[in-house]
Amino acid sequence: MGLEGLYQEIILDHYKNPRNRGPIENPDIDIFESNPLCGDEIHLQAKLDGQKLTDVRFEGKGCSISIASASMMTEVIRGHSHEHAHKFIDGVRAMMHGEEKMSNEELGDMEALKGVADFPARVKCALLAWTTLEKALNDKLSGGKKVT
Amino acid sequence: MPLKSTAPAPDAHRAARPSLDVDRIRRDFPILLREIGGKRIVYLDNPATTQKPRTVIDAIIHFYEHYNANVHRGAYKLAEEATAAYEGAREKTRAFLNAASTEEIIFTRGTTESINLAAYAWGRAYVSAGDEILVTEMEHHSNLVPWQILVKEKQAALKYIPIEDDGTIDLQKAVAGISPKTRLVAITHVSNVLGTVNPVCEIAKAAHSAGAVVLVDGAQSAPHMPVDVRALDCDFFALSGHKMCAPTGIGVLYVRKSVLETMPPFHGGGDMIRQVYRDHATWNDLPWKFEAGTPNIADAIGLGAAIDYLTGIGLDAIREHEIELTRYAIQRLSAVPSVTLYGPRDARLRAGVVSFNVGDIHPHDLATIVDSKLNVAIRAGHHCAQPLMNRLNVPATARAGFYLYNTEADVDSLVEGIVQAKEIFKV
Ligand SMILES: Cc1ncc(COP(=O)(O)O)c(C=O)c1O
Repeated sequence: MGLEGLYQEIILDHYKNPRNRGPIENPDIDIFESNPLCGDEIHLQAKLDGQKLTDVRFEGKGCSISIASASMMTEVIRGHSHEHAHKFIDGVRAMMHGEEKMSNEELGDMEALKGVADFPARVKCALLAWTTLEKALNDKLSGGKKVT
Repeated sequence: MPLKSTAPAPDAHRAARPSLDVDRIRRDFPILLREIGGKRIVYLDNPATTQKPRTVIDAIIHFYEHYNANVHRGAYKLAEEATAAYEGAREKTRAFLNAASTEEIIFTRGTTESINLAAYAWGRAYVSAGDEILVTEMEHHSNLVPWQILVKEKQAALKYIPIEDDGTIDLQKAVAGISPKTRLVAITHVSNVLGTVNPVCEIAKAAHSAGAVVLVDGAQSAPHMPVDVRALDCDFFALSGHKMCAPTGIGVLYVRKSVLETMPPFHGGGDMIRQVYRDHATWNDLPWKFEAGTPNIADAIGLGAAIDYLTGIGLDAIREHEIELTRYAIQRLSAVPSVTLYGPRDARLRAGVVSFNVGDIHPHDLATIVDSKLNVAIRAGHHCAQPLMNRLNVPATARAGFYLYNTEADVDSLVEGIVQAKEIFKV
């Protein structure tokens, strides 16, 4: 696909107008991660109602791919369960290796990230938000276990 | 065969300056003949690492094919040849830096290891609680983190010389930062982000009169301009071979003999000892006391070949060539709307490193686009200088860096790539 596959209109739109940006008051998930190699940063916050992610927001510094990916992520997991989020995490990771685990219909805007697979150096940009979410959910899970 | 500087270029304004026959130089670098997708490679990531000329590649192959043996040990011909070539590379390095003696030239893995050697062997012996180490805001992490570790261990303090908005150091502020508590001033000769050439000589003078020693990070200067450690009057000078046409894995730490003589060893092991008893050991002579274990023989020989190559062309001529290219790059880039340039505007105040940003296009995106479209290799990110990025108030920059094989056509390709990136991002 090349460059046209990477910088699709939809990616540039999410980059220039990121959705769900800004802080959440009293978040249940509050995590900061960075990519030490390139300096990209994400601060992810979420509200939980049981297993449901009722609100998800982020602040970040980074390239179009990392910001667009984070923006799209907040849209697709908002209002959904942990399980749904994990399905997306697996799906996006597979997509970065050129595999199709989810249909285009399920992916929605996220389909635009398929082009990243042709640019191995940029895969880490696309995954930053997702690995951060995964870590937050796993921490929440192990934190929960410790309590019981 | 090293190249000589060639006849002056026809245009009068250049005739007075030594100029390079870049077409001929480019043919010395096999990688520059490579094409990707039918287009030549425009390699502008020279501050990260440089390409290797045929003579350097051949010197390494020749070592392995003809006289590979360990050094300083074997009583046979191959070992004698290997030792002579390894120690010959040390002498070439001495001459390259105009050090007084080969005793002052320690081979390391690169600048990072060189600075860590200084921090460990000298720093641990001579820095104590309450002392200060003075650095600048433009240091590479390798001239910051070793000192952070040291001051933490010793309860000493790390102090910063500020940088001005134009990316230079104000000498008066630098001198004012030196106090009776200052044990060391560790400063980069040339910034790997801004290209600024720092007044290390003047700072060294002030540091010495306050009783401090001076370390110069020469990773970005030694490859690009004549360096004379005695004229600079520094106590330590660090460089990386791979940034000056030599292989990776070989670097140098110069240490003034009077300082080196007072230093305990760095690594312990073979080669650095004179006698080993059950409970203690005595040390080898300088510089071998600081080179424990089997050294990187092949790559030291490669460094010697790189020094021959660069001095054959002439560091003065290389410096002039890079000033011309930098001037041209600054002129072309500043004519592109929404390009922000960092560092001094006067090309004579800087080396061939140009950092910039383009509107709200993130440097990673820029680097991907110029590479995809035109095979232009530039660096994007924080360039291992996060405190400097904070000072400039940017998360990252794009960076182009020039060397002897770059041309104005390379700058044109970069500018063309930037224009295309602006189209994609509608900047
Ligand atoms: C100014 C400066 N200092 C130190 C280093 C570290 O060099 P190396 O990675 O070869 O040890 C670099 C290279 O990136 C540099 O530009």
